[in-house]
Amino acid sequence: MKLYHLAAFTLAAQTLAVGASFAQTPLTMWYHGAGNEVESAIMDQIVADFNASQSDWSVTLESFPQGAYNDSVVAAALAGNLPDILDVDGPVMPNWAWAGYMQPLPLDEDLIADFLPGTKGYWDGELYSIGLWDAAVALVTRQSTLDALDLRTPTLDEPWSGDEFMAALDAAKAAGDWEYAFDPGMAWTGEWYPYAFSPFLQSFGGDIVDRDTYQSADGVLNGDEAQAFGDWWQSLFTEGYAPGTSQDPAARDNGFIEGRYAFSWNGNWAALNALNTFDDTLFLPAPDFGNGPKIGAASWQFGVSGTSAHPDGAAAFIAFALQDQYLADFSNGIGLIPATASAAAMTENYAEGGAMAVFFELSEAQALVRPVTPGYVVQAKVFEKALADIANGADVADTLDAAVDEIDADIARNSGYGH
Amino acid sequence: MSSKLTTSNGAGWAFALPGIALIATFIIIPFFFAFALSLTNQRLISPNPTAFVGLQNYSDMLSVSVLQLAPETDEAGAIQRDADGSPVYPRVRDITRSDDFPQYRGMREWFRVHLGDTAHVVIARDVVFMKALVNTITFVLVVAPLQGGLALVLALLVNQKLRGITVFRAIYFMPVVVSIVVVSLLWRFIYSPDGGLLNNLLSALSFGAFEPVNWLGNPDTALPAIMGMSIWQAVGFHMVIWLSGLQTISPTLYEAAEIEGASKWQTFRYVTWPGLRHTAVLVLIVITMQAFALFAQIDVMTRGGPLDSTQTLVFQAVERGYGKQDISGGATISVVLFLMVLSISLVQRWLTRERT
Repeated sequence: MKLYHLAAFTLAAQTLAVGASFAQTPLTMWYHGAGNEVESAIMDQIVADFNASQSDWSVTLESFPQGAYNDSVVAAALAGNLPDILDVDGPVMPNWAWAGYMQPLPLDEDLIADFLPGTKGYWDGELYSIGLWDAAVALVTRQSTLDALDLRTPTLDEPWSGDEFMAALDAAKAAGDWEYAFDPGMAWTGEWYPYAFSPFLQSFGGDIVDRDTYQSADGVLNGDEAQAFGDWWQSLFTEGYAPGTSQDPAARDNGFIEGRYAFSWNGNWAALNALNTFDDTLFLPAPDFGNGPKIGAASWQFGVSGTSAHPDGAAAFIAFALQDQYLADFSNGIGLIPATASAAAMTENYAEGGAMAVFFELSEAQALVRPVTPGYVVQAKVFEKALADIANGADVADTLDAAVDEIDADIARNSGYGH
Repeated sequence: MSSKLTTSNGAGWAFALPGIALIATFIIIPFFFAFALSLTNQRLISPNPTAFVGLQNYSDMLSVSVLQLAPETDEAGAIQRDADGSPVYPRVRDITRSDDFPQYRGMREWFRVHLGDTAHVVIARDVVFMKALVNTITFVLVVAPLQGGLALVLALLVNQKLRGITVFRAIYFMPVVVSIVVVSLLWRFIYSPDGGLLNNLLSALSFGAFEPVNWLGNPDTALPAIMGMSIWQAVGFHMVIWLSGLQTISPTLYEAAEIEGASKWQTFRYVTWPGLRHTAVLVLIVITMQAFALFAQIDVMTRGGPLDSTQTLVFQAVERGYGKQDISGGATISVVLFLMVLSISLVQRWLTRERT
């Protein structure tokens, strides 16, 4: 009897719940920012504003810690449990799109005409994801360092050449005021390696994979240009310019502001910390090793899952989230580069004359997305290992050859990854 | 035996059922899955249909060849030598990447042996796997006897009837209770080249004569460093097993030995050790299996580096299966590892059998 009452009550409660949301079609969304209060608060605000602004859709948000996010999506996809709206790391998007985890994003292209190129995720000629922000990397140093070493300040129009960059490192090393002249950030294993270091390779004239066909890395990752890059990369460590793979993560995070490194290769997310410590912090453009100065582009972006029955609703939410106000909120909250110039004007740091405005210009001028292919996920791992091995003294040509063989074998095993 | 298992033993089976069901679901069935997957090209994420590829994964992983390289000679036929006087050899990549030798395509030098002036270069299709295999076996060969022996010494020490001996038992057992991930993180700080505890300690003990070593960053010290912390972490667990074995030995045997005038060593050799036979078999097999499964320390401390000096089979299986989305490759490593552990356990059982 008791049991019967309970069942009846549960049924009634369910009917009530369904009744309440009857007018709005429910949509689910997954986000990678659990654990970051500021980020979560902004996301919650967008969802609440959207749900209140119209009566067709009702979005519920579920957040995951970034470290477990990709695994969760893959597991959910295998179990057939994907939400309607996904956020996805830019270079991973083609992998998920190819696997059918995502579907094209039905968004009016006029909406994103002004967006930074790195925020738009295209695969197979179609838009799959769009970012509210981008990230950029700069050569961080201090005006006082440049003055002490008597170095020219490089500009976007006239960045340092490879030789000028090495001369700067030589000067810093000879001055002896720092533990190391240059901190590339070897302690940050994982996606940092391809994101931060493959632009050096591209500036030398090589690449992770041949972007014309995406079918092979042969000649691109082990050609003469890549060999030159590898020799240069190895010299950074063998000749004592930079701390190697066993760098302490704490030294990476605080080494520059503790004055242990003269130059640091670091992202906009770390910029505020440096600025708060040194008033004369400078964010210099990447050096040009012969094929133009390059930095990586594309950060986290929003898209529609492959199994969603309501891509129009998901697109409506994403279009709503693309307002300048929210772009600026994210930027002010967690230091990201807003995707549009108009949003940048609304922020503290990226507005004209703002302390980090240079990153917006860097993104516009130098950014190159990582290879747009489903195979990137594997290629990034192979590239990371090759760079770590070269830094640790492995033979450059043999290591790059091995990386090429592994990438080519993987592409073959995947029947060309659908290109 | 069989009658005991089957006749009116419903309660026994009922008690065993949850355990059997869990083991079947999470260990036995997945193993058969792994074996089946290792014969296909299954990917973690892929719209392509899975295809049966036979033993391709195994041959890709295990194939090895030997190249014999003669030194480069100049026009007069004399052997070219570099500044150190060693002969100069042609580069292996000129052979493995040449269209003249398609059979070596994709292979890479593993190691080389010099016999006279000829260099015998062993090339493998999957050098990382080969290095992981050698590292894993080295790890087992060093850790199993050291950890088992040290645990026995500790067990003998804490088996004495002294005041406060349980405090020592608790201290030795403590690292076992702490998560291996936490222990690995702590030891990363201990091994740190930037003022790590170990370097500071050695430097203080030697009055500054000790040169700081980058323990985890040097290919020669990385694996021994991980061996050291692994032995330290798990030794307490095996100490407890030895201890339980020690306490099953009847005190009357020791009294008899004392009356007979046996020395300490004779007592250990003829009373204690024979009484520990079954415990020894258990400890040896458990340590061997745990050592083959080396993963967490690698994942937290070195991720296989530097220069593959700490690659292990389980780390590679996970790295390939999830990191590189190659489930069939990860499954192949798992099957090879299973066969190795199985055969070694059988050999150990046979070597430590009761001789009648």
